[in-house]
Amino acid sequence: MAAPASPSTGTPFPLAHRLRDAGIAGLVAMVLAIPFLGLRTVNLDQGLVVQANLAYVPLAGVLVFLGRLILGLLAAPLAKAVAPLTAWRPPASAQRLRPWGGPLLVLAAMALPFLPFANRYVIDLGTTALIYILLATGLNITVGLAGLLDLGFAAFYAIGAYTCALTTTQLHWGFWPALAAGGLASSLFAVLLSLPILRLRGDYLAIVTLGFGEITRIIILNWQGLTGGPNGVSGIARPTLFGLTFDRRAPAGGQTFSEVTGIAYAPEHRLIFLYLVILALTVLAAYTVARLRRLPIGRAWEALREDEIACRSLGINPTMVKVSAYATGALMGGLAGCFFAARQGFVSPESFGFMESATILAIVVLGGMGSQAGVIIAALFIVVLPELARGFADYRMLAFGLAMILIMIWKPGGLLSGRLPTIRLSTAKPKPVAEAA
Amino acid sequence: MTEPLLDTPLLDVRGLTMRFGGLLAVDSVDLTAERNRITALIGPNGAGKTTIFNCLTGFYKPTAGRLLLRHPTRGEIELQTLKGYGVARTGVVRTFQNIRLFPSMTVLENLLVAQHQALMPKSVFSLAGLLNLKGWRAAEEAAVDTARDWLHRLDLLAVADEEAGNLSYGMQRRVEIARAMSTNPLLLCLDEPAAGLNPRETRALAELLAGIRAEHGIGILLIEHDMGLVMDISDRIFVVDHGARIAAGTPAEIRNDERVIKAYLGEPDAEDMAAGGSAP
Repeated sequence: MAAPASPSTGTPFPLAHRLRDAGIAGLVAMVLAIPFLGLRTVNLDQGLVVQANLAYVPLAGVLVFLGRLILGLLAAPLAKAVAPLTAWRPPASAQRLRPWGGPLLVLAAMALPFLPFANRYVIDLGTTALIYILLATGLNITVGLAGLLDLGFAAFYAIGAYTCALTTTQLHWGFWPALAAGGLASSLFAVLLSLPILRLRGDYLAIVTLGFGEITRIIILNWQGLTGGPNGVSGIARPTLFGLTFDRRAPAGGQTFSEVTGIAYAPEHRLIFLYLVILALTVLAAYTVARLRRLPIGRAWEALREDEIACRSLGINPTMVKVSAYATGALMGGLAGCFFAARQGFVSPESFGFMESATILAIVVLGGMGSQAGVIIAALFIVVLPELARGFADYRMLAFGLAMILIMIWKPGGLLSGRLPTIRLSTAKPKPVAEAA
Repeated sequence: MTEPLLDTPLLDVRGLTMRFGGLLAVDSVDLTAERNRITALIGPNGAGKTTIFNCLTGFYKPTAGRLLLRHPTRGEIELQTLKGYGVARTGVVRTFQNIRLFPSMTVLENLLVAQHQALMPKSVFSLAGLLNLKGWRAAEEAAVDTARDWLHRLDLLAVADEEAGNLSYGMQRRVEIARAMSTNPLLLCLDEPAAGLNPRETRALAELLAGIRAEHGIGILLIEHDMGLVMDISDRIFVVDHGARIAAGTPAEIRNDERVIKAYLGEPDAEDMAAGGSAP
């Protein structure tokens, strides 16, 4: 088939081109299907043997050919159908409601555990989603605001978690001091990491941060004496409310929440308390980021993302800006890690692999770089959607991947890609002195 | 070279040399810039003007030479010893030949980023800012007022809340000048500020620069190819060619300098270069 392609005309591709395109896809699928589907290892008495079952190969080719053809024919009308949805912008009158969005969301989140449908599962899921929101809020500072790609954010998560684990089990600290220590330790490591990589940009920076993430995990895995290696650390202190625990029986010299308040003991209380703690941490973090964006340091982060050379020409020290972005982001990662450790009561290196870093980054990118609301929506999407799709068993990750691909096709800048200005001249307080005409 | 040596120029450059490997880009150039004066740096394309600018503003470390800034409060500062961003903190602030704004931030935000150095201590490591203390709020309002003044001056008030990257080319040039001026500089270094402007915008630029010279007591150093503009507003012109300074003087002197005419046109008997307008 040698139909001339007409990519420059902008009109829908002719059928011949579609057929050729689908044919190529089918051929590629057949080549790939030979090792993936055509050959399989079978365990027989005489050992492991490779059996050829080449019938699947043409089948795969035909399926992919048809799929590609249908996609090609449907893509344009589908995109047209969705265009009004993706182009939708809230009307100008809705802008006045914007300041209420945050507080309303917080109130709704606070009410969640007390709603009738809130069982253990819902509260647990909410807690997980909030951990990811907190993590992504931190990463959003580095990636979304300062524009420094970080593929190893789970390292800060891990450092926070292990700081919490070790200070509570070895030094017998309570949860709250351990939480502060976890955040600060992560921040400190971020400063140490950012110093050698300040000259790197783009791809190189991404590779080094990827390496840092892996090194951290491997050190934790191998430093048996301190971290317990693959066995992890257990017996991490649970969060307490002004010294009150949420256990059935009070520990020696302590009191439980139910004893003091007179509310009958229920195991859900601990879950609700954990949920409210992470909610408070997340709200505090989101508020801090929103304030920081309006401060010189936050504006410098964004300016650095926009143009580092222009920053230098205005006397801004790019080193300090980058270090502060890493440190602030890592602080939030560390807090999330510490909370994670205390919630589980156990940490092991498995929880902090590259998949964690990738998931957190996916939340930031999917939500729209730099957008706090985007982070919240994307985190809910990434945590809750796979849960909703549990009924589909094996296919849920497939559905999840498909959903992500579709969003990235139609919203390449993320779900909420618009940047909100940090200040408007029209709303800034006017100068008291009358202007000379 | 018979030039009257000025007692205390704001910027005194001696023997500036910049070598990239085997290439001698700037060869022992002397130049000065004064307060309340517009100093122009001209020369054919590739003469080394922007390299001189990059050395002055800390983007290149000169191979040799002394860049002395006479700062009213900090005394004499050798700019070549400072780190890149340190030069701007002394009050030597530049614009770029290919405009460098923060494109997805608004015009007002661009001007507030420029006041980072003044605002940062007021935010007390961001703590006062995080708590929204009174002192911080006053400092921010003052910064917005400074920005508002410059936006007003450059006729940009109407687009203050627009993203800088969405503005027209001429407006972006003005935003860059407003951004540099809101740092409250001592010496404003403009790299081809008239490039890409139409004649009306160029005239407005000339008026603006003359106004800044008259009112703000700062020095202006200008690289420009628009000879009409240069001859019109400069108090002093330095001409470089092949990395070396070939002439210095008032516009009238430069206009009739044979070496300058030769450098630009290659013909000693060519027409008055001022009539020729800009080189591409």
